[in-house]
Amino acid sequence: MRPLRAGRRATPARRRARRDPAPSRLAYRLHRLWLTPLFRGIIRIGLPVALILGGGIAYLSDDARREDLQAWLAEQRRAFEERPEFMVKLMAIDGASAELAEDIREAVPLDFPVSQFDLDLEHIRRTIAGLDAVADVDVSLRGQGVLQVSVRQRVPVVVWRGRQEIALLDETGHRVAAVIARAMRPDLPLIAGDGADRAVPEALRLMAAAEPLKARLRGLVRMGERRWDLVLDRDQRILLPERDPVAALERVLALDTATDLLARDVTTIDMRIPARPTLRLGPGAREAFRMINLFELEEGAVGQ
Amino acid sequence: MSDLHARQRAMRAMRKAAMQRGVIAVLDVGSSKIACLVLRFDGGERIAGDEGVGSLAGQSTFRVIGAATTRSRGVRFGEVEAMGETERAIRTALQSAQKMANQRVDHVIVGFSGARVRSYGLAGSIGLEETAVSEQDVARVLAACDMPDIGEGREVLHAQPVNFALDHRSGLTDPRGQIGNRLSVDMHMLTVDGAAVHNLLRCINRCDLEVAGLASTAYTSGISTLVEDEQELGAACIDMGGAVTGVSIFMKKHMIYADSVRLGGDHITLDISKGLQVPLATAERIKTLNGGAVATGMDDREMIELGGDSGDWEHDRRTASRAELIGIMRPRIEEILEEVRLRLDAAGFECLPSQQIVLTGGVSQIPGLDGLAARILGNSVRLGRPLRVQGLPQAATGPAFSAVVGLSLFAAHPQDEWWDFEMPAERYPARSLRRAVRWFKENW
Repeated sequence: MRPLRAGRRATPARRRARRDPAPSRLAYRLHRLWLTPLFRGIIRIGLPVALILGGGIAYLSDDARREDLQAWLAEQRRAFEERPEFMVKLMAIDGASAELAEDIREAVPLDFPVSQFDLDLEHIRRTIAGLDAVADVDVSLRGQGVLQVSVRQRVPVVVWRGRQEIALLDETGHRVAAVIARAMRPDLPLIAGDGADRAVPEALRLMAAAEPLKARLRGLVRMGERRWDLVLDRDQRILLPERDPVAALERVLALDTATDLLARDVTTIDMRIPARPTLRLGPGAREAFRMINLFELEEGAVGQ
Repeated sequence: MSDLHARQRAMRAMRKAAMQRGVIAVLDVGSSKIACLVLRFDGGERIAGDEGVGSLAGQSTFRVIGAATTRSRGVRFGEVEAMGETERAIRTALQSAQKMANQRVDHVIVGFSGARVRSYGLAGSIGLEETAVSEQDVARVLAACDMPDIGEGREVLHAQPVNFALDHRSGLTDPRGQIGNRLSVDMHMLTVDGAAVHNLLRCINRCDLEVAGLASTAYTSGISTLVEDEQELGAACIDMGGAVTGVSIFMKKHMIYADSVRLGGDHITLDISKGLQVPLATAERIKTLNGGAVATGMDDREMIELGGDSGDWEHDRRTASRAELIGIMRPRIEEILEEVRLRLDAAGFECLPSQQIVLTGGVSQIPGLDGLAARILGNSVRLGRPLRVQGLPQAATGPAFSAVVGLSLFAAHPQDEWWDFEMPAERYPARSLRRAVRWFKENW
């Protein structure tokens, strides 16, 4: 019988056993374990993932290290953003007058050069669009580090004498700028009264209709925020109705052409009820009218 | 008896579980080599189960994904002699097969050649309660076979119904559903030495494996080497292995007899070693390279270097002619074939309609063996190689591998055995709860 345990190294049995390719029981079991799909998955995927995660968490669990990492990241980010190809060196403003351009530069205080990652174009656009004189604005980045601002300005069409200030309005009634005195823009018609700025288009139509009276026209006054008074020199007023004022004005102009109405001593032409135009006479005319009436009365009495 | 029934059924359940998992190993524990194949089943089992044998004899359902062979140690005459050595040899074979398959195997079907197989023919007969034969009736008729005295410590390895007869009609393969009054069955039973099987199972359990089936290699060589008409008409398969030569006789696609001769290739090697006074390894090499069974005049002139490393020049330069070698080998081959002849005569092989003899196994590769065998066994002798199965490596297609290839066919499509049928209620132990349940099932 073979020796039950392997003897000394020199025995032939031992030498033969060493040549034996049979795997040890441990090797056999490990090999079988390795061939088990679940175990294999855990070792090949689960273990590396756990190691990396664990290492990362252990590294980041220290506050100082985390701050260092954040600082380093921020610095890297800054260095990237401040590369020369990303820097904006100047702002070009198109379509704006000199004063408006000045206002825009004041409203958007940028300290050039600035990285284009720090620019909030939408915010800049909204800021500029918030200026009164700006109708529309387009902000974009052009090559070579230029911030392009294309502006469409509002065009003032009337001067509005309000309660607080004298302002220029565009055709929609939007405030464009303030002026110190009416005399600064004599080329523009004048409107006055509360709520006049909300009826600018109507005022403009009335102005156009009152073109024949241009030499005598002083301005339009909004009355009670609902209707217009056309004011001429010699303190003459044409009271226009709330509804369809242009037609009423044209009737007055027709009367004027026919009877030279406005040249007479009439203080007010009241068209507020279009079916019943009313005149208020000046003091001289009133006296004359009374005399005429008296004369006619006497004549009538004589005739009878 | 019921213990065996339960054990074999447990093995069948294990095989089913392995099929579900899709991977099973077959292991041939031989005396000169241990071969292992890892099979992968790809869901073909259902088709094979429903409609009898599937395409290509059920072998299209599996594929060999791992194969390994190792020198056997600790096995003598197909039986475990040194358990530790055998266990290590099995481990070696399994590990390299698993490595090749890259898949873990937990279930193994084991074939072995030794353990003194003995074959019995059994007959049983019952009257049918109903006119049509049910599966219950088949189980009952199988249980009705009178059990011979198989001897102390022996166990049943195979118990296959070979032939059914219904009244006067015999030769039925499947009597279920047919109408008759009396059902009788012929059963072939193979018994083996229980202790030898027990030792082998213990070796396998120590390798952390579950046994999903047991088979005799005499049987599995037959199913892999005999072609269909040979199995149908009657043929004998002689599996000439290392230390045991298995004999199995097939008829009508069933094994009807099996036996083994405890002589084989190792004895030839031993004869050469003694006769030429060379070490066993040299003798094995000379046998493999220069061996033969029939000497011709040319062989006198063909000298074989015997070699040696004794340091004595005269001793190390010895030569022997091939005729001398054949002269040593031939008597032993004749002895083996004579023994096989005796076994075949005892089985009544000459009464079969066709008397084809197929030689396989490692020894069948000796040149000139078929001529010698024809003179001893009869005229119709051919050399057999195993069936080609999918994925089998070229190195494992030789006749030495017919047993392990047969085992894989056995794994893919095992024949119905006695324990594949439900045990009839009368055979259950008295007062068993299951018996009551069975009674309810049958009567309600």
